Amino acid sequence: MSALLQRRPAKAPDGPAAAAPRRRTGKPPAPGKKRNENLAAYGFLAPWFLGLAFITAGPLMASLYFSFTDYSLIGDHNWVGLENYERMLGDSRLHSALRVTFVYVFVSVPLQLALALALAMVLDRGVRGLPLYRSVYYLPSLLGGSVAIAILWRQVFGAEGLINQVLAFFGIQGEGWVSHPDYALGTLIVLNVWTFGAPMVIFLAGLRQIPAMYYEAAAVDGAGPMRRFWNITVPMLTPIIFFNLVLQIINAFQTFTQAFIVSGGTGGPSDSTLFYTLYLYQRGFGAFDMGYASAMAWLLLMIIGGFTAVNFLASKYWVFYGD
Amino acid sequence: MATETTARASSGERTRAQHLRRLLTHVGLIGFGLLMLYPLLWMLSSSFKPTEEIFRAPGLIPETFSFGNYPEGWTALQHPFHHYLLNSAIVVAGAIIGNLVGCSMAAYAFARLEFRGKRLFFAIMLATIMLPIHVVIVPQYILFAELGWINTFLPLIVPKLLATDGFFIFLMVQFIRGLPRDLDEAARIDGCGHVRIFLQLILPLSLPALATTAIFTFIWTWNDFFSQLIFLTSPDMYTVPVALRTFVDSTSQTSWGPLFAMSVVALGPVFGFFLAGQRYLVKGIATTGIK
Repeated sequence: MSALLQRRPAKAPDGPAAAAPRRRTGKPPAPGKKRNENLAAYGFLAPWFLGLAFITAGPLMASLYFSFTDYSLIGDHNWVGLENYERMLGDSRLHSALRVTFVYVFVSVPLQLALALALAMVLDRGVRGLPLYRSVYYLPSLLGGSVAIAILWRQVFGAEGLINQVLAFFGIQGEGWVSHPDYALGTLIVLNVWTFGAPMVIFLAGLRQIPAMYYEAAAVDGAGPMRRFWNITVPMLTPIIFFNLVLQIINAFQTFTQAFIVSGGTGGPSDSTLFYTLYLYQRGFGAFDMGYASAMAWLLLMIIGGFTAVNFLASKYWVFYGD
Repeated sequence: MATETTARASSGERTRAQHLRRLLTHVGLIGFGLLMLYPLLWMLSSSFKPTEEIFRAPGLIPETFSFGNYPEGWTALQHPFHHYLLNSAIVVAGAIIGNLVGCSMAAYAFARLEFRGKRLFFAIMLATIMLPIHVVIVPQYILFAELGWINTFLPLIVPKLLATDGFFIFLMVQFIRGLPRDLDEAARIDGCGHVRIFLQLILPLSLPALATTAIFTFIWTWNDFFSQLIFLTSPDMYTVPVALRTFVDSTSQTSWGPLFAMSVVALGPVFGFFLAGQRYLVKGIATTGIK
């Protein structure tokens, strides 16, 4: 799911509007036909309805229920009211998980998007060999979430890893980055920034949509490169920036694999890579404290939903839809 | 005459400056690309180095070229590595078939049929794209445990068949909407039912969207770790990511060579699909919405 979100391209903002039934052209359907189409539609949607009931919406509601119980997979479970939520208030590991995750999201996403935009702008200037560059820069996005890359990271940023070998060449004695509480999270931020290729491809497609005549007109009027960037590129690109921002934030909140592998599943050193999802996994599937894990899941949903909603509300003030 | 010469000279200067700028851009882009890819290339080369050299040599050319990491890594775990590759292949194949069937059916309904509740269901479908799997994983686990599906591939395949990857529905809806409606109308006048229109008209025309779906499903399922870690706990059923995880947990300083070798093996198929399917990956991004 997280990978899925990572690469979901544009048009989320007006998605629901796009759902509006398209007015049929041509002749209106015969009276008897309407019911027929209802039936056919529900037939085609049958698998999706089952999925909704048993895989997505159903479990979503079930996890709300479990969050008010002490469910643990073995034995009976009891209704405990708000106890799980109260426990969360005093759970210091949860608090550090929140802190780690927020730092990760709010440092890595802006860096990643800034790099993606910068590269997209360079590539948009009619560089020869664009498809090759685009592919090379996009590749890390496809691999970045895998266990193999996390293993690589663990070595590269290890005490005797690639980074320190290079630093040693310059006579610098490096730390064991992944095993130092001050730096371990930084290595994962670098990993996320490394996967800037997916938003870059989306920026690139967006830049292509800006009519060249705007730039020409601005150039005739004497606008320099900086003014053209701030007064044409950025405003015209705000829907794409917004889209990438929403997706990458949602995606970053769900980071799991990298932290799990780099820390060996512990979230260490001293909980410095204890991502929210990793702690949720530890509670739910390590300790089988599933009631608590369900309450954590709902807090995550609230946080992600809250940030997405704020994003959408704030977008009214800075996102510019040309028409 | 004189002005013409000056003009030509200055335009020559300008093109020279332009050439220089273009050259510098390429140097910058290539340098940056190499920096990005260096860790990957280094891992590939390190998989042919003895472990001791991995922790000493940041260069790309192995001093002592050895192939031994591969056979050593292949047999380092409880099962030979092809066991895990095969498990991953089964999961991925099931997920691809599931997504192709389930999502295309739902997409046909959303793109071509009028029915009660369409707007609402479409909005719900879009919302499920945003739903983090972590929020539903506990009840899913309980359900699959009740069904006796833990340590089978079913929890990883059946949801795909039930069209729970809304992203692909959305992708296909966008694509099908772009197909001319006249074709459907003509087929309908000729007496084709929805099933035939779907199977014989829409699906063949949607091949690019189906290819995009297959490629993305391959890559994401192959890389997926979270759900495979949770639903597959017996070593017999381990897929490649879960097997790699046990490998890294049991690894001491001495077996990084074999570990790197198996990581390279794990990344190979993704890289292959990436090379083969680039056109569809880029197109997929284009068809899903950017005007």
